[in-house]
Amino acid sequence: MIFASADTSPTLSRRTMLAGSAAAAGAFTFGFAIPFAGEAMAQGAVKEINAWVVVHPDDKVVIRIARSEMGQGTLTGLAQLVAEELNCDWARVTTEYPTPGQNVARNRVWGNFSTGGSRGIRESHEYVRKGGAAARMMLIQAAATQWSVPAAECSAEKSVITHKASGRSLRYGQVAEAASKLEAPKDIPLKEPKDWMIAGKPLKRLDTVDKTNGAKIYGIDLKMPGMLNAAIKDCPVFGGKVKSFDAAKVKAMPGVTHVVPVGETAVAVVAETWWQAKTALDALPIEWDNGENAKVSSESIAAWLKEGLDAPEAVIGNQVGDAKGAIAKAARVVESVYSYPFQNHATMEPMNATARYTPERCEVWTPTQNGEAALAAASEASGLPIAKCEAYKIDLGGGFGRRGAVHDWVRQVVAIAKQIPGTPIKLVWSREEDMLHGRYHPVTQCKLTGGLDKDGNLTGLHMRISGQSIVAGIFPQNIQNGRDPAVFQGLNPPGPEASIGYGIPNLLIDHAMRNPHVPPGFWRGVNLNQNTIYLECFMDELAHAAGKDPLEFRRALMKNHPKHLAVLNAVAERAEWGKTLPAGVYRGICQTMGFGSYVAAVAEVSVSAEGKLKIHRIVAATDPGHAVNPAQIERQVEGSFVYGLSAALHGECTVKDGRMVEENFDTYTVLRLDEMPVVETVIVPSGGFWGGVGEPTIAVAAPAVFNAIFAATGKRVRSVPLKNMDLRKA
Amino acid sequence: MAKLSINGKVLDVAVDGDTPLLWVIREQIGLTGTKYGCGVAQCGACTVHIDGVATRSCALPVSAVSAEQKIVTIEGLSPDGSHPVQKAWIAHDVPQCGYCQSGMIMAAAALLQANPKPSEADIANEMTNICRCGTYTRVKAAILDVAASGTLGRG
Repeated sequence: MIFASADTSPTLSRRTMLAGSAAAAGAFTFGFAIPFAGEAMAQGAVKEINAWVVVHPDDKVVIRIARSEMGQGTLTGLAQLVAEELNCDWARVTTEYPTPGQNVARNRVWGNFSTGGSRGIRESHEYVRKGGAAARMMLIQAAATQWSVPAAECSAEKSVITHKASGRSLRYGQVAEAASKLEAPKDIPLKEPKDWMIAGKPLKRLDTVDKTNGAKIYGIDLKMPGMLNAAIKDCPVFGGKVKSFDAAKVKAMPGVTHVVPVGETAVAVVAETWWQAKTALDALPIEWDNGENAKVSSESIAAWLKEGLDAPEAVIGNQVGDAKGAIAKAARVVESVYSYPFQNHATMEPMNATARYTPERCEVWTPTQNGEAALAAASEASGLPIAKCEAYKIDLGGGFGRRGAVHDWVRQVVAIAKQIPGTPIKLVWSREEDMLHGRYHPVTQCKLTGGLDKDGNLTGLHMRISGQSIVAGIFPQNIQNGRDPAVFQGLNPPGPEASIGYGIPNLLIDHAMRNPHVPPGFWRGVNLNQNTIYLECFMDELAHAAGKDPLEFRRALMKNHPKHLAVLNAVAERAEWGKTLPAGVYRGICQTMGFGSYVAAVAEVSVSAEGKLKIHRIVAATDPGHAVNPAQIERQVEGSFVYGLSAALHGECTVKDGRMVEENFDTYTVLRLDEMPVVETVIVPSGGFWGGVGEPTIAVAAPAVFNAIFAATGKRVRSVPLKNMDLRKA
Repeated sequence: MAKLSINGKVLDVAVDGDTPLLWVIREQIGLTGTKYGCGVAQCGACTVHIDGVATRSCALPVSAVSAEQKIVTIEGLSPDGSHPVQKAWIAHDVPQCGYCQSGMIMAAAALLQANPKPSEADIANEMTNICRCGTYTRVKAAILDVAASGTLGRG
């Protein structure tokens, strides 16, 4: 992704010099099993061939995974890539996480831990494959040396090395020790994807069984000897502070051990159990200093953004020719305003972390999309250098971007633990806290103005985006001359990332930044979500105004965008675009490009006389370049429609008196099984590039459905979510 | 103090009577497979069986459950993960992050026990648990597989 690479890595790199040793021992003292590097090594016979591969004497292979598993399947996909080059027995593969502290101590041998922007595979495929290939070469060399034959005469398959000429063979486990002492090869050729045997196949996930029997441990499930539990309330108005709280009122309540301030903005109750902590927190009198932000509402934010739609000052993201001139000369002008609200990630597992602080050391256990950022947060909150801190990653109960860039909950738990030195503290947010203190999908509006000539050809398009910048909210140092390049995701000039799929002769896309006080975040799909709704629904409006078929209207503009066009054609073909549908069922189509992949969708919907929408079927096409696990891609595409349709149909966080109104799933509704359409996934990997699959499809969910709703009802959906709109016949 | 029958064992727990059953299961009994998601019986991550009926334990005070009522959690659904629903979940690779899946599996098992041949509409009506990763397609397919195999229920 073009923007979120600005994580904490530079900070950590500078601090690498300070890091003494990989002191990973802390986790052992608690005696629970969280997989991390070092556990396997504790037994002497187990050998690390290199940073990525550990081989046991019995041939069990442990593959190290730097990215975080949060359901997207990256653990399985990355392991496939390593195993492919390693030529090991896939049935004997397990995985483990190295710790962020070990990464720092070993000069970032595992590269970037950040798991967002659909980058798990697309940004690390080369070095993880080289890790597997180098380990294979070393294992083969070790066997060849033992046999006194050239390594080139030996081959390896399913963890067995064979010297064909002499008929000898050795297992990986038998030569692991010798291989671990060899120098790593310098020239490491990789296989052609066409020759893959493990990668590229729809293999089953490595992590399913424990998720079906209750054995899987999430951050919220951690138990440690002597551990206390914390519940927290941060000022509900963003930017507000704690004025006072009356600890005496709750100190005698069952189980309560501490009532502590957390920074200037929050209060925590610590108790023997979490339920006791939460019960006392609910009873705790707290007075807030809400500040100026308490005057802000969704209405006041909308009015401010509306002003930006016509503001003279804006930053240009994409410009071709003279859009305003072309529109002025157009035979027909079409203009519409769209909007997208705040939305919460609403991971099923609320934010949580466990910390133990002493003046000598601070350790944090947490579900995180970026272990290194969690480590940096622990260091900053504790005041201890990185070398005296460690973060242990735990698989996430959902991430979606919430657990990546900002580790506010880690700072909180360390601030609490610092007031109770030596005692492990587990902080768990209530759902209400999670809903009130999200890092929300940014709020924007967009005015689109298009000019058509007398034959209905698009001669000029102006897209004015007004609203929030995620980068300004999270990495303000990356805003240069008022420009947030991420705002134009999916609308960029031709190139390998998030580029617009149309050749429009006169084009102007600009952004008037308006940043409300509500903190924004990278929300699965990021800015591609709203930008694709804006552009693709408006394309549908233009096609309708031109009296043309929406597919043909698009195709005419895509001659120089063959990859975009190929997925659009693939989806149209599978959905049998143009073929008659059952009475009352209507189609909508759209396409986009982001996170390195090209995607398109066709939705089939009907709308009853009472205005009730039914989505019958969605066909979705994806070109991710290389498909590492087609079954995983299908799951990500299906899941993307759940996330994207939740947002399109239901998702909205409303601001009143400076704070969020929706506090739980009764008011913040999401898609459930009864609304789930049939999803047909078409994977069309064209090779030659590596795209992500966790996010791009989310962006096509809403526009495909909204365009189908227009076909069914003649009503344009220009404001998310749909629940606010009456689809009954007028 | 409460007396509870959980996964075939009768246990005495020292706890306030208004503590939700979920938190007794997680914090006093120590079984963490049953999850907290919302606390208001909306998401279903906390689903357990009480006398075979799928019940959201997060909003049920422990005082409302008697020692005679048989509580079953995900850990007690089968001794070895071999319940037909668990097997179907593995065959379909249903879970993504997996956090909601204990509740999803418990809801599906109760549905199939009561209605061994559910229609797609029955599944849509009964399976109201929330999954944010978006596993609904595979949840449905796995339930239909168990129904087709005829391994559950009185039918």
